[in-house]
Amino acid sequence: MANLAQAIRMALHYGETHLGVTDVFGQDVGAPLGGVFTCSQGLKTAWNAPLDERGIIGTALGIAYAGGKPVAEIQFCDYIYNCIDLLKLCGNAHWSSAGEYHVPIVVMTPVGAGIHGSMYHSHSFESIASHIQGWTIVMPSNAKDAYGLMLSAIADPNPVLFMAPKGLMRAKGDELIPGEPADEKTLHQMIDAPVGDRSQWQPDWPALQDYRVPFSQARIVRPGNGLTVVSYGRQLVQCAAVALELAADGIDAEVLDLRTLYPWDEASVFASVRKTGKLLVVNEDTEVTNFGEHVMRRVTDACFYDLVAPPQLLAGLDVPGVGLAWGYEKHSVPQPEHIAQAMRTLAAARP
Amino acid sequence: MQPNLALQNHRDDTVLTPTFVPGPNDTRWTPPALDAALQVRIHDLMVKARATEEMLIRMMRTGHGYFWIGGPGEEAYGTALGMLVHKGHGPAYDYLHLHYRSSAVVLAMGSEPIDLLRQMRSTVTDPYSKGRNFVNHFAIKPWNIVPVTPTIETQYLMAPGTALMQRRHGGFGCSIVTGGDAGSAEGDFYSAMNWSTRPGGELPVLMLIAQNNYGISTAASTVQNTPNLHQRADGFRIRNARVDGNDPIASWHALVDAMDYVRNERKPFVLQVNCSRLNGHSSSSGAARHDEPDCVQLYEKRLLDDGLATQTELKLVWDKWNALLSDALKTVVAEPMPDREHVLQHVWYRGPAGN
Ligand SMILES: Cc1ncc(C[n+]2csc(CCOP(=O)(O)OP(=O)(O)O)c2C)c(N)n1
Repeated sequence: MANLAQAIRMALHYGETHLGVTDVFGQDVGAPLGGVFTCSQGLKTAWNAPLDERGIIGTALGIAYAGGKPVAEIQFCDYIYNCIDLLKLCGNAHWSSAGEYHVPIVVMTPVGAGIHGSMYHSHSFESIASHIQGWTIVMPSNAKDAYGLMLSAIADPNPVLFMAPKGLMRAKGDELIPGEPADEKTLHQMIDAPVGDRSQWQPDWPALQDYRVPFSQARIVRPGNGLTVVSYGRQLVQCAAVALELAADGIDAEVLDLRTLYPWDEASVFASVRKTGKLLVVNEDTEVTNFGEHVMRRVTDACFYDLVAPPQLLAGLDVPGVGLAWGYEKHSVPQPEHIAQAMRTLAAARP
Repeated sequence: MQPNLALQNHRDDTVLTPTFVPGPNDTRWTPPALDAALQVRIHDLMVKARATEEMLIRMMRTGHGYFWIGGPGEEAYGTALGMLVHKGHGPAYDYLHLHYRSSAVVLAMGSEPIDLLRQMRSTVTDPYSKGRNFVNHFAIKPWNIVPVTPTIETQYLMAPGTALMQRRHGGFGCSIVTGGDAGSAEGDFYSAMNWSTRPGGELPVLMLIAQNNYGISTAASTVQNTPNLHQRADGFRIRNARVDGNDPIASWHALVDAMDYVRNERKPFVLQVNCSRLNGHSSSSGAARHDEPDCVQLYEKRLLDDGLATQTELKLVWDKWNALLSDALKTVVAEPMPDREHVLQHVWYRGPAGN
């Protein structure tokens, strides 16, 4: 099965051949590297931008204004902070121009911890991103969703922020992407650039098909009745694994993968909470003014009389960074043991 | 469904600037000649812009708007620029990344003053922002005028993007970006120069710096070590020049030279236009008239001296625009203001793809 980076690459290839993508660009996005996570290897529209994040977003906006369809990459979300005013301009151009212009751009950026990335390769960005209006924000937790969300992002005429969990880039899917060869060695030979000299290399793309994951549709990863766990990205994978483990102890968690963080699938989350009466949101952004707090507030408003325990948030510790030594990351970014503890506590809660 | 009030953009698409309109077989852009009729026309358009700005300031003073910021003092180079724009939609035509003192540019291109009055009063009929943005924040898609941003200098970052599409498209279209002197201290200005000069990927961007010696209250001489900011382009090996932006004829020729290079060589150019800031920064500093050279008065004297116009003819021009503006104000004050039903309009675009 394709890993998440290969899935993104195949989606971008589908995008440039079928959905009008004109430019895939960013730092080290073009040849020879094809992206620090290999997400853009072999793409015909990929090119290397100057090391200038503001220039990347501004240029993407210009390309979009002139009728192009750019996918711009910020190499790590840790370096997107100096672009916030530009992201705001992308998100408000349609509204501020009274509908005269719109901004069909995709910005993709790797997010989160889990790769011993230290202070500046471990940031989460969704809480800040959720304050930048006019953007659709997505984060896949598996390769097939990455493919389907990227195609939806490309096809959408509004700005879409595609956040790829760094820690899952090499994670293989468990479902084939439509058109993907069944044998992963074959896929590797077809689309992964060789190590060493690549100057003559050309990818041999499989006959990929259109497959979209619609925005604002959560996925029930594991059905259950005891408590609702809402997560996304790398933490979703951890939550699903923990839920499976705890099932043996009679803890029956329903795990939802939000997939689109904004506008998010309130209906599915509310329906689940109305059934279980309990909500745990898990993510790894720092906990103060965390996106999960927004989910909790909406759930509290909509499902107050269905709740049998206070909604819970398990998030990153409110410290200035994720330190390099494992002791820092282990104790500041949710780990399976923290998730298990939070699920057990909530499962045991009685009114 | 929210009722979607179809905004009408009051502009004259037929006012074709006197520029050369390239035919399919033309391999070079040829600058237009500046004859006597055109010099008189420049005056007409400069007065159109000045009279409009004066009306906007009056509106601010009489409670017909919250805030004024605009372009008195930038009419000379602005009019010349607006007349030289290759006007239309799509990458074959010029893209304009303007700042908030560009009323003369859009009025010279054929915009109707009434739309500026609408934005000043923030009526729901304001075609540029539906009453959402300050006056002089244009967005005119049929003319490639992308939304004017309230953030200083970010427009410089977008110009390489539109220019990239123009480079691919071919032809003579260029991306024109304007901004102030203080704003040129932002890294975005340097980014634009760098993105426009990638080896083998040079871009047709015409960058203008309007040097009026101030950023709000801060004197330029106290924060940048030269008044000749165009020379910053030397470091990027970008051609650059400076012109008296209070002189429409000198500005015309400087713009023609710069455009000749940008359009034909498909490379960037930085042009500094030295001009006045006649009514200060904005209404926040009172918008009172300052004692600085007035480009309209200077040009009128010149037209008289050169025998291209008489006092009576000049007065008629003012009367024409002032009468039109008073009528426009009567219309605008009777127009509806945005309300609850407008707040959620245009958050998401749901139409067909493509800009
Ligand atoms: C990024 C940003 N910083 C600050 C401001 C506030 N501001 C508005 S105009 C201005 C001064 C700009 O001066 P200059 O670039 O010289 O242009 P001028 O107003 O003189 O035409 C400032 C600081 C802003 N709008 N955007």
